Amino acid sequence: MERRTLFPGRALPAFLVLPQLAITALFFLFPAWRAFVESVRAVNGFGLNARFVGLANFAALLGSGTYRATVLRTLLYCTAVTALAMAGGLVLAVFADREIKGRAIYRALLILPYAIAPAIASVIFVFLLQPEIGLLTGVLKQAGIDWNYVLHGGQALGLVILVGAWKQVAYNFIFYLAGLQSIPRTLIEAAALDGARGWYRFRTMLWPLLLPTTLFLLVVNTVYAAFDTFALIFALTGGGPGTATETMVVKVYRDGIINLDLGGSAAQSVILMALIVALTVLQFRYAGGRDRT
Amino acid sequence: MARLDLRGLAKSFAATTVLHGIDLALADGEMVVIVGASGCGKSTLLRLVAGLESPTAGRVLLDGTDITDTDPSRRDIAMVFQNYALYPHMTVFGNMEYGLKLRGLPRAEIARRVDEAAALLGLGPLLDRRPRQLSGGQRQRVAMGRAIVREPKLFLFDEPLSNLDARLRVQVRADIRRLQRRLGVTSLYVTHDQTEAMTLADRLVVMHEGRVAQIATPVEVFDRPADTYVAGFIGDPAMNFCPAVLARGGTMAALAAGAQIPLAGGRHAAPDGTRILIGIRPQHAERAAAPTGLAVTIELIEPLGSETLLHGKLADDTEFALRITGPPGPLGDGMTLPVHLPPEQLHVFDAASGLRLDPTPPGAGVGSGSGQD
Repeated sequence: MERRTLFPGRALPAFLVLPQLAITALFFLFPAWRAFVESVRAVNGFGLNARFVGLANFAALLGSGTYRATVLRTLLYCTAVTALAMAGGLVLAVFADREIKGRAIYRALLILPYAIAPAIASVIFVFLLQPEIGLLTGVLKQAGIDWNYVLHGGQALGLVILVGAWKQVAYNFIFYLAGLQSIPRTLIEAAALDGARGWYRFRTMLWPLLLPTTLFLLVVNTVYAAFDTFALIFALTGGGPGTATETMVVKVYRDGIINLDLGGSAAQSVILMALIVALTVLQFRYAGGRDRT
Repeated sequence: MARLDLRGLAKSFAATTVLHGIDLALADGEMVVIVGASGCGKSTLLRLVAGLESPTAGRVLLDGTDITDTDPSRRDIAMVFQNYALYPHMTVFGNMEYGLKLRGLPRAEIARRVDEAAALLGLGPLLDRRPRQLSGGQRQRVAMGRAIVREPKLFLFDEPLSNLDARLRVQVRADIRRLQRRLGVTSLYVTHDQTEAMTLADRLVVMHEGRVAQIATPVEVFDRPADTYVAGFIGDPAMNFCPAVLARGGTMAALAAGAQIPLAGGRHAAPDGTRILIGIRPQHAERAAAPTGLAVTIELIEPLGSETLLHGKLADDTEFALRITGPPGPLGDGMTLPVHLPPEQLHVFDAASGLRLDPTPPGAGVGSGSGQD
């Protein structure tokens, strides 16, 4: 299947990959290098002088209670978003896989949230849940809930989890739907004739056959929740109230850009980078696994 | 073990009608094979019985109980699929016990049944393997085993041999027949392969464009095909059809190719001059020693070893094939060979409707239809 094109010499192929390499260097390698450099330095508040401090920035982070709390909060956030988004995507996919009228429209609508920019998604939820004028706020207030995510940290965390999951449900929906459709129909029919129905059929037939998809999505969703939700959280709560919705990426921004602790922020970036690399390795392994089985 | 009754079963997909009202009854323990070209609706019929599709009209009765609207999972029917549909994430044992666990059978009983079926099918050493570690023939046997352990009321087979190579197919075909006899489970078997159909069936259902063309024993379908479609479909090489008109009070046929030949069995109840088709199988036409008024001009010679198949044309350009015993010898392309058509081997069909025309024996009354089989 694999097609190989042979170029004479090296100049042409090098020229062809140059644009991509240039982009990678400018936007990925250079900032990464800067983060490494900054992570071992301490800069004074005005940025006028900097000195080499070795691993002191890292040591300070690991010894800090607030950083540990942020890591735990991020873990909680990732787990909740991943679980909600994957369960939501799976349930919707199972329903959309049935023979129903207007299936195409239903599917298209379910994919829509994925196409909405994170900041816009946040704005939509602000319209709905803003403490004073939100469309749903009144309903919640009437139900006796003191809804004010600007004040209550728990509510704020719940909200960013909800919006984060909502955005990602569409992605999981597409993958689960594709996964369900790649299961041969006769397999499900054979199970039906064997007497399997409903939940039992799902548990013993669909779920095991979707396992490769699930493993793949698990990694992708974790990466998404940990790193791609910055815009969402930033637009909704900015990390607050207090540090209630401050995940690791948000803290990088707050410490570096707002509090101007460039060294500490860079050290956090380096830690995040290491995590991303680890998760990417996992992702490639499972993405590859999908093809092999 | 059960009786199956299909009453006026019809199925349409949007504007296309796939089945036009099928009536069929299977006796207890009977093996009925549905045969037809692809697209004739045979697989759809099977899926309707299984409950994987719902009919547009008609009823399905199993042992007298109407199951037309019953979910497939509650029908107590086992099916062997063309691609076997083995559960890829389960072992052979897991595949076979799946349907039994669902029925809540005790573990000992499950193990007993699976072991029994495995012994019957020679699957014993394979029980711990997964489907992808099995050969095509082994997968086929697992699919059979999964159906057998259920001890269902009805077996459905959807072209279960079409993914096997030719040699294995012959062997598995015999195995299926032996097994079905031994277990005595009522079976409905779909195939496009006429040899498979002829060898397996207690009774054969020949389907054509969503309708039943003939239901009869294999021998009867071969000896007395109900219409030109069945006659042409069953039998290899295919039957020759020579256009003719009925003559001499329905006792002779005047062939378009020239000769006038006698028909066996007496008068055919249609007026003289009725356009008919005379059917004769290549192995029944005889090479004549002297001119008979009918001759075939040879266009192609296929030596098959112990016999030879000659393809050619009659005087009126009708395609005609002839099977002779022995090697072709001095025969060559372009030669003209006189042929004799034995009256008792002829099939007479109405040219307009395609239906079989039978003679009314002289002096025959009611109830003399015995002696065929």
